[in-house]
Amino acid sequence: MSIRIRPDKCVGCKRCIEACPGNLIKLNEQGKAWIKHEKDCWGCTSCLKECKVDAIAFFLGADIGGRGSTLSVTQKGDRNIWKVENPAGEIQTIEVNKKDANKY
Amino acid sequence: METKKIHTDVLIIGGGTAGCYAAITLGKEKDVKVLIAEKANIKRSGCLAAGVNAINAYITEGRVPQDYVDYCKKDGAGIVREDLLLSMSERLNEVTENMEKLGLVILKDENNKYVTRGNRNIKINGENIKPILADAVKKQENVTVLNHVNITDYIVEKNQIKGAYGFDVNEQVFYEIYAKAVLCSTGGAAGLYRPNNPGFSRHKMWYPPFNTGAGYAMGILAGAEMTTFEMRFIALRCKDTIAPTGTIAQGVPAKQLNAKGEVYETKYGLTTSQRLYGTVTENREGRGPCYLGTKGISSEQEKDLFKAYLNMAPSQTLKWLEAGQGPSQQNVEIEGTEPYIVGGHTASGYWVDNNRETTVHGLYAAGDVAGGCPQKYVTGALAEGEIAAEAILSYLQTHKEVPEEDAVKAKEKQQEYETYLSQKQSLLTIEQAEESMQKIMDEYAGGISTDYQYNESRLKLADEKICNLMEDCKKLSAEDMDDLLRIYEIRERLVVCRVVIAHLLARKETRWHSFAENMDYPDQSEEWLKYVNSRMENGNINIYLRELVTGGMAYEHTDSTR
Ligand SMILES: Cc1cc2nc3c(=O)[nH]c(=O)nc-3n(C[C@H](O)[C@H](O)[C@H](O)COP(=O)(O)OP(=O)(O)OC[C@H]3O[C@@H](n4cnc5c(N)ncnc54)[C@H](O)[C@@H]3O)c2cc1C
Ligand code: SF4
Ligand code: SF4
Repeated sequence: MSIRIRPDKCVGCKRCIEACPGNLIKLNEQGKAWIKHEKDCWGCTSCLKECKVDAIAFFLGADIGGRGSTLSVTQKGDRNIWKVENPAGEIQTIEVNKKDANKY
Repeated sequence: METKKIHTDVLIIGGGTAGCYAAITLGKEKDVKVLIAEKANIKRSGCLAAGVNAINAYITEGRVPQDYVDYCKKDGAGIVREDLLLSMSERLNEVTENMEKLGLVILKDENNKYVTRGNRNIKINGENIKPILADAVKKQENVTVLNHVNITDYIVEKNQIKGAYGFDVNEQVFYEIYAKAVLCSTGGAAGLYRPNNPGFSRHKMWYPPFNTGAGYAMGILAGAEMTTFEMRFIALRCKDTIAPTGTIAQGVPAKQLNAKGEVYETKYGLTTSQRLYGTVTENREGRGPCYLGTKGISSEQEKDLFKAYLNMAPSQTLKWLEAGQGPSQQNVEIEGTEPYIVGGHTASGYWVDNNRETTVHGLYAAGDVAGGCPQKYVTGALAEGEIAAEAILSYLQTHKEVPEEDAVKAKEKQQEYETYLSQKQSLLTIEQAEESMQKIMDEYAGGISTDYQYNESRLKLADEKICNLMEDCKKLSAEDMDDLLRIYEIRERLVVCRVVIAHLLARKETRWHSFAENMDYPDQSEEWLKYVNSRMENGNINIYLRELVTGGMAYEHTDSTR
């Protein structure tokens, strides 16, 4: 399990680098973020939440059942809009309002 | 390496749950200078990075703090500090209300009362609990935050704390920090044992892989007394994603089933270790895999679970959606994790008094790093942060002298860092060292591969091998500060491993199944209603057995116990 950063989308703002609790993301010479320690990602999704341009997606490694789908998130005010995209390009979204408590 | 020297009144090591709350509490005394040194960034560091699901420790209506103490005592089979548990429990509700004032969303009913989940939990939206705490810290004028500074050692003289050393994890900067009082709040230790998913997803573990036991190691190396490291915490989690199960078990609620569909939890008992042991035993005896029985829940419930996991362990929701089968169609497979050392779930950590002062003068500990007081969870860590902060304020009243700098010692530490940065790569790499440590612990000190069981012969081998590895690790080489961070993370874990092994060897009984399953002594014994404590003295780990501190008693340090 880890993250993938799209260089075409990344604007090099370093927000993800600042936030990662494991110091796993670095800036390359082209000024783009890249994950240096791919196998050390905890899956906390902090970097996804920090990125304003939706350049980071999260995926499960094949060793834990991953089959190529990715998870990403964008924020609109109080809402986190989570998006799961499968390899065929089909998208499912789930909206979570930060003002709503968990039912469980 | 550039040197930065800092003087402060209070140094907080680790800006996590307990550390941030201590800083907010200290923020009320504007003339006290406070510095937080945090290896990551307090906005999303530590246990709370992804968010949490519920407040697990709360005194619900009709109950009193003593009920919570009694529950923890039963779950820990007596090896708890009742004085610490009570002082924590008395503050659980107050810190919860404060968190709500800071912006935490808590579910309320029509009468404006918190909605409870079971006897001790309340329902929240905990996704942004860490940014909420971090924002509150930033508002304190007297608190400075040093993000991305990793602390490795205390400065201690004659058992009196004077500060700590560390380094910037990106830039070549050495930090020499002097303080009148220090709070250690670095959390527990993960990554000691081979994890559930040792390959590509090796860090898909429950406890943060970045909490590597630095606080324990620093204390051990400084000769501080530690308690109950043999009470390892092994969590029962969703298979593969290692996501928490409480949301389903208590929230839905769902029972533990074996492969035949039989409810097995009642056979083994309902304490935390018994639930785990039951699952391990069902698997061993050929009735696995084990599940949480969710099949047949409504699609409404399923949708709520998707959301709840996105607020805390998003990989589980991805797993369900990717498989095209949610918990309503498929039971959720569960497994035990590798053992962690976590003083907020079990009782391992610093031996502290009721002020959360350690056996080192002026050094305090709160949260997962502090021992004797299990089942703290979020609110308990906040409560301990507050207790320690208040105690530090009164300590400062009588300890006003500025600690004297020690240039010689500082130079030595800086040279230690520089040696790693300059020496040539030996055959052992950082990766190999980590793998080797985890394999030794797994096979010889009761990891997943032996169903958490061990005996004396294996433990003695484990210690020998860990000691050899520690020697070899002195030759590790760092290309940059990022490598240096990873070298110290291994060093910390190796120190913790040695103490875990020493404690497992010392307790000659099986008090808790799985957590400390000693095959030489497979039964519980009244004789061992004692704390197993330890101190590192001249490089040896010496064990001290202490009498239980039970209801109505309060432990205080004396000159002879320091
Ligand atoms: C995945 C997960 C889910 C949980 N869910 C819940 C829940 O739903 N409800 C609940 O009540 N409890 C929950 N808990 C438990 C609770 O979150 C913890 O017990 C509590 O947050 C621990 O607080 P702490 O301050 O001790 O540690 P942390 O909050 O982890 O803080 C430790 C800090 O120290 C820093 N640090 C470590 N080493 C160093 C060093 N060498 N130098 C500088 N800084 C350092 C870390 O980066 C981190 O910021 C959960 C825990 C986890 C891991
Ligand atoms: S998901 Fe978390 S651990 Fe992984 S790279 Fe992003 S911020 Fe770091
Ligand atoms: S937050 Fe997004 S845009 Fe900014 S550096 Fe990271 S990936 Fe690039």
